[in-house]
Amino acid sequence: MQYTPATVQLLSKEGKLVASDAAAEYLPYIEQLSDQQLRDFHRNMVVIRMIDVDAANLQRQGQLAMWIPSLGQEAAQVGSGFAARPQDHLFPAYREHAVARIRGVDPIKLIALLRGISHGGWDPKENGNFHLYTLVIGSQTLHATGYAMGIQMDGATATGNLETDEAVMVYFGDGATSQGDVSEALVFAASYQTPEVFFLQNNHWAISVPVTRQSRTPLYLRPSGFGIPGVQIDGNDVLASYAVTRANLDAARSGEGPRFIEALTYRMGAHTTSDDPTKYRANQDVEFWSAADPISRFEAYLRSRGEGDQFFADVAAEGADAASDIRRRIHDLENPAVSSMFANVYSEPHPVMDAQLAWLEAYEASFDGAEGGHA
Amino acid sequence: MSAQTLSLAKAINLGLRQALIDNDKVLLMGEDIGPLGGVFRVTEGLQAEFGEKRVLDTPLAESGIIGTAIGMAMRGYRPVIEIQFDGFIFPGFDQITSQLAKLTARHEGSLSMPVVIRVPYGGHIGAVEHHQESPEAYFAHTAGLRVVTPSTPHDGYWMIQEAIASNDPVMFFEPKSRYWPKGEVEMDASGSDLHTSRVVRTGTDATLLGYGPMVNVLLRAAEIAAAEGRSLEVIDLRSLSPIDYDPIVASVQKTGRLVIAQEAPGFVSVGSEIAATITERAFYSLEAPVMRVAGFDTPFPPAKLEVTYLPDADRVLEAVDRAMAF
Repeated sequence: MQYTPATVQLLSKEGKLVASDAAAEYLPYIEQLSDQQLRDFHRNMVVIRMIDVDAANLQRQGQLAMWIPSLGQEAAQVGSGFAARPQDHLFPAYREHAVARIRGVDPIKLIALLRGISHGGWDPKENGNFHLYTLVIGSQTLHATGYAMGIQMDGATATGNLETDEAVMVYFGDGATSQGDVSEALVFAASYQTPEVFFLQNNHWAISVPVTRQSRTPLYLRPSGFGIPGVQIDGNDVLASYAVTRANLDAARSGEGPRFIEALTYRMGAHTTSDDPTKYRANQDVEFWSAADPISRFEAYLRSRGEGDQFFADVAAEGADAASDIRRRIHDLENPAVSSMFANVYSEPHPVMDAQLAWLEAYEASFDGAEGGHA
Repeated sequence: MSAQTLSLAKAINLGLRQALIDNDKVLLMGEDIGPLGGVFRVTEGLQAEFGEKRVLDTPLAESGIIGTAIGMAMRGYRPVIEIQFDGFIFPGFDQITSQLAKLTARHEGSLSMPVVIRVPYGGHIGAVEHHQESPEAYFAHTAGLRVVTPSTPHDGYWMIQEAIASNDPVMFFEPKSRYWPKGEVEMDASGSDLHTSRVVRTGTDATLLGYGPMVNVLLRAAEIAAAEGRSLEVIDLRSLSPIDYDPIVASVQKTGRLVIAQEAPGFVSVGSEIAATITERAFYSLEAPVMRVAGFDTPFPPAKLEVTYLPDADRVLEAVDRAMAF
């Protein structure tokens, strides 16, 4: 599945602004961006890619149990991530490393998760309202919808103030669209008219199964059956991702109900480092999407606006620094305390947790001083 | 008005009403709980009193109800969900076990999940398939959940309020067969905590242990045994996770014999767990193996067979006879 006549694209694969009716609708959002904001788009795409590539290497070196590459999906994530306003709540699946970083999650927390140190563990309230990764496919779409219902109950949306009205955005993939939870989330969102954007990254692959196995129709048409408007964008075009998400989030926060965006992109790497894409997909697809790379086209666009070599060299250096910072800090990550297993299973005291922790501590202590006993 | 005579259904209704009054973050969600008042009328009148924003008739989707309740709890609300029937909880099983139960741990304690899931359960109502089951063991097995079940109107009134006040997710199993008999409800104080078991009849020869719909069966069995000169103690477990073992151990130390009864199938069940633990904690007090009386390890049968499937006082007393024969 490649681009269709419905695909909203603002920046061509060659990095030139597109002249079309759809582009004309969304370009005003781009015209409001400062040069600095455009540079930030590029900087974030490059830096997260360098962290991402390095994290995959760390897995190969045995430092991570697994890594989940975001390679190729930087524009969909950076554009939509910057489109969200500070008061918005974002519910990711598990590949949204760029969005996490934009919202203030230290990438070392993603590394810690995949090193086996935590199940996530960050507090969304202190991390840009970026919620925890959810590994069961599609489950988070319901949490996001319920959260959006809560925003409505609080009267924290649709007051007419874009600077304070809240909205929710939930990320999911093409595989998730087959899950019942995603359909149920669309039902609830439509029924209660939640302030919410469903952001689908169609990266064409659910591990080894192509999107054509998930759906016979383009996925941006799916929500129309639920009474939710859908739009398809070129997910490798950071400007389209930003502008269309901005417009739809602002519509949602203005009381216009939920929206659905399908970002066409491509998972250039493996599903995870445990995967081997050469067993199931053809090189010509990869070549098509490689030519549609989000970073090279945006670099061409920025150069056409007069950005010079120095900026791109600085960004590359920043990415290298960020990657080496991860490589350094991964060795500072401490394994979790044994007691942490029991600490937060419940919010309130629980006799079984207390008893099992006490037993384990006594058991461990029984080895103290024993010959060959562990520390 | 310190005591009222109420059915369990009405007692839970009044408990929900009190919780809605006490805390404006409390919401009710479920299928047909609005104008209809639920298929068992437990929420009758509550939408009319508190409005559609506090009492939500939801779309017909259990995973959707539980998943959106999780999102509302993240926002600071305290959703109380009604699952229409025991057998309809399974479409929501994934959201309960993989999400609701684990989110506090996943957040390393920064997030609590004060969600109550009310589940009418058990047999004796002559209903069709999926309407008479006892799925409590699945949830007692799941770390992160609390599981309770009242057997009396008094406990219904108080335990629902205590469950709603808990900052942890609580599975609240309501025995359908006990919805309509009336009992005294002390309206001023509960007299016990949510996770305590309680001796409801004292005796010396053997201990009968049960919960929810079985407690009344055990009391009847004890009556019959008393007429035959045998003194049976009866314990209402009330909380299936965590289990309050101390009163059970104390009772077994006194009687030396324990018979556990439940409607649920016996294999890998709450009764199995208690039997194992009592063997560990009261081994030298036991005069006989712990006996279990349970539903058979079959699907719940068509309703015309339910009186055969479900344990009754005779099956309980048969187990008592076996225990006494040791």
